[in-house]
Amino acid sequence: MSGSNGLLVDLKNVDKVFKRGAEEIHVLGGLDLEIPEGEFLALMGPSGSGKSTLLNLIGGLDRPSAGSVTVGGQRIDKLSDRKLASWRARHVGLVFQFYNLLPVLNASRNVELPLLLTHLSAKKRREHVDTVMSVVGLSHRMKHYPRQLSGGEQQRVGIARAIVTDPTLLLCDEPTGDLDRKSGDEVLELLQTLNREQDKTIVMVTHDPHAAARASRTVYLDKGQLSLEPVE
Amino acid sequence: MINWLLQTVSVTRFSLQTLPERKGSALSSVFGIAGVVAVLVGVLSIAQGIRLMVQNSADPDNAIVMRSGSDSEMMSGLGGTQAEVITDAPGIARDAEGALASPELFVIINLPKRSTGTDANVPLRGVSRPAFKVRSNLEVVQGRPFEWGLAELVVGAGAAREFAGLDLGSSIEVGGEQWPIVGIFEAGGGIAEGEIWADAAVVQSAYRRGNSYQSVYTKLASSGSFTEFKDSLTADPRLNVKVERAADFYSDQSTVLRGIIVGLGSLIAALMGLGAMFGALNTMYTAVSARTREIATLRALGFKSGPVVVSVLFESLLLALVGGLIGGGLAYLAFDGFRAATINFQSFSQIAFAFDVNATLLKNGIVYALLIGLVGGLFPAIRAARLPVATALRES
Ligand SMILES: Nc1ncnc2c1ncn2[C@@H]1O[C@H](COP(=O)(O)OP(=O)(O)OP(=O)(O)O)[C@@H](O)[C@H]1O
Ligand SMILES: [Mg+2]
Repeated sequence: MSGSNGLLVDLKNVDKVFKRGAEEIHVLGGLDLEIPEGEFLALMGPSGSGKSTLLNLIGGLDRPSAGSVTVGGQRIDKLSDRKLASWRARHVGLVFQFYNLLPVLNASRNVELPLLLTHLSAKKRREHVDTVMSVVGLSHRMKHYPRQLSGGEQQRVGIARAIVTDPTLLLCDEPTGDLDRKSGDEVLELLQTLNREQDKTIVMVTHDPHAAARASRTVYLDKGQLSLEPVE
Repeated sequence: MINWLLQTVSVTRFSLQTLPERKGSALSSVFGIAGVVAVLVGVLSIAQGIRLMVQNSADPDNAIVMRSGSDSEMMSGLGGTQAEVITDAPGIARDAEGALASPELFVIINLPKRSTGTDANVPLRGVSRPAFKVRSNLEVVQGRPFEWGLAELVVGAGAAREFAGLDLGSSIEVGGEQWPIVGIFEAGGGIAEGEIWADAAVVQSAYRRGNSYQSVYTKLASSGSFTEFKDSLTADPRLNVKVERAADFYSDQSTVLRGIIVGLGSLIAALMGLGAMFGALNTMYTAVSARTREIATLRALGFKSGPVVVSVLFESLLLALVGGLIGGGLAYLAFDGFRAATINFQSFSQIAFAFDVNATLLKNGIVYALLIGLVGGLFPAIRAARLPVATALRES
């Protein structure tokens, strides 16, 4: 999926400004970011520095105010809302801090959700769900509802949902932010395995240096720019 | 396309599954709409009941003759000789005993209502012998017909229900004397059921009317004979009359009343409907905001806004439909066949009728409910679809 230069994600001179009434909030300014295919990138920075905003731009959940966002060789900032929705369904897996599972659906139904956007038959969909549920080690929890699962298990269901369509890019916004150390470690272990064994390119926002240590590279966001060192 | 359908069905199913969590607001919207529909159907069933009564009041081949310029029988007057001329006119059906034309007298008497005990006007109609052949649907169901030449009464079933003292075997005062009630008649629910009948000749002498009448009711040879009949009477220099089909006459008499009822009813239903619409609007806004995170998640995963819009609308329509069915059912149970009397604005006499909740009214009620649901769901649905995904994800 990567572009001709081997980059999966390429952000150039990206600005992001939010308008809140008359007030303008400049979150990102002239930001550049290159992520080669197969990388596990940790994104750190103070609260409110724009980490989620940046992740949303990469995942096509939002558009930059200026600059370009190229993912897999495609300028996604130019796509219409409808096209962007289909693009997300095909190319990105999203993992949220609070899992965002649908409470009315059991684990396997939750995982099946993104497959409803494909042309797969019900049988194929079930096969895919079975596969990813065993990848995340939850084959025995298929029929459990989110409220019947621990936080760590819910997050693993969330990851299963993110990888069920086999996207190249996994975007995780503080995936361990709401978990205890042990469950967090399990989730990180899983992400690492997905990166190493299934060649998933992963961008993970985290506040936890311990989590960031699992990544192959860490960048720090501050004052709208990225740097390689944490800013004091 | 199949895919879109699958998405829509899934999203709709998820959202309906969350309904139990939103019981309170969903139920209030259902019952708000049920109330509106019950009132709408109830009020319109009054107008419908009156219309039905009017339709049953006359055969298509019945015509009524009154003095020209009179809007009601009360205002009309015809001399005995004029009545004879009318009876002889061409176009009237005839049998071995002569023309099927009944010169009639119309007087108002006062009787207390059974329900409130207050006095109200009841029409007393003096009829001639052909009267029972002119109105084909009239039938004495209890007792017997009055004897010609005697001061006896038969009472319409509606009037008997409505007014105190109109019981078989008892008697009431007419023109200063006690007249026994010897029979009860039905007339297919028509206007005549709200009347009291007696021999026209006896009523004439009781009220010192000499040989005068107020109207002539006729049965025409056929419905098509009306023009011939009418033309011959209006061209006759001895007469100064107006000729109407009985059905038109009754219908005209009730238009003002029906108009008022339909107008008032629609106004009330519109106002209540507005209230219910805001209720539905509120319910669906609540539903959408309660589900902001879920909707945002679905859309983040790549679900398009179409299925989300449809699911919100579907839920709103479903709640409205349930409300409409409940309201229609309530109206049917409470009002269908409910007996009432109302004032006939032209004769100021009581007319008895039954509310009629029919399929058309129920259908209209449910359509109205769905309309409320549609409008109530539309804006929340659009909001759900328009909310930028990134913003919606932050809100949760
Ligand atoms: N949709 C939006 N509308 C207005 N302001 C926004 C919006 N999204 C983000 N912001 C603002 O942009 C800034 C960056 O927000 P963002 O959520 O990206 O920070 P973050 O680094 O993820 O913070 P945290 O670590 O707390 O999650 C904040 O000041 C936030 O208030
Ligand atoms: Mg954040």
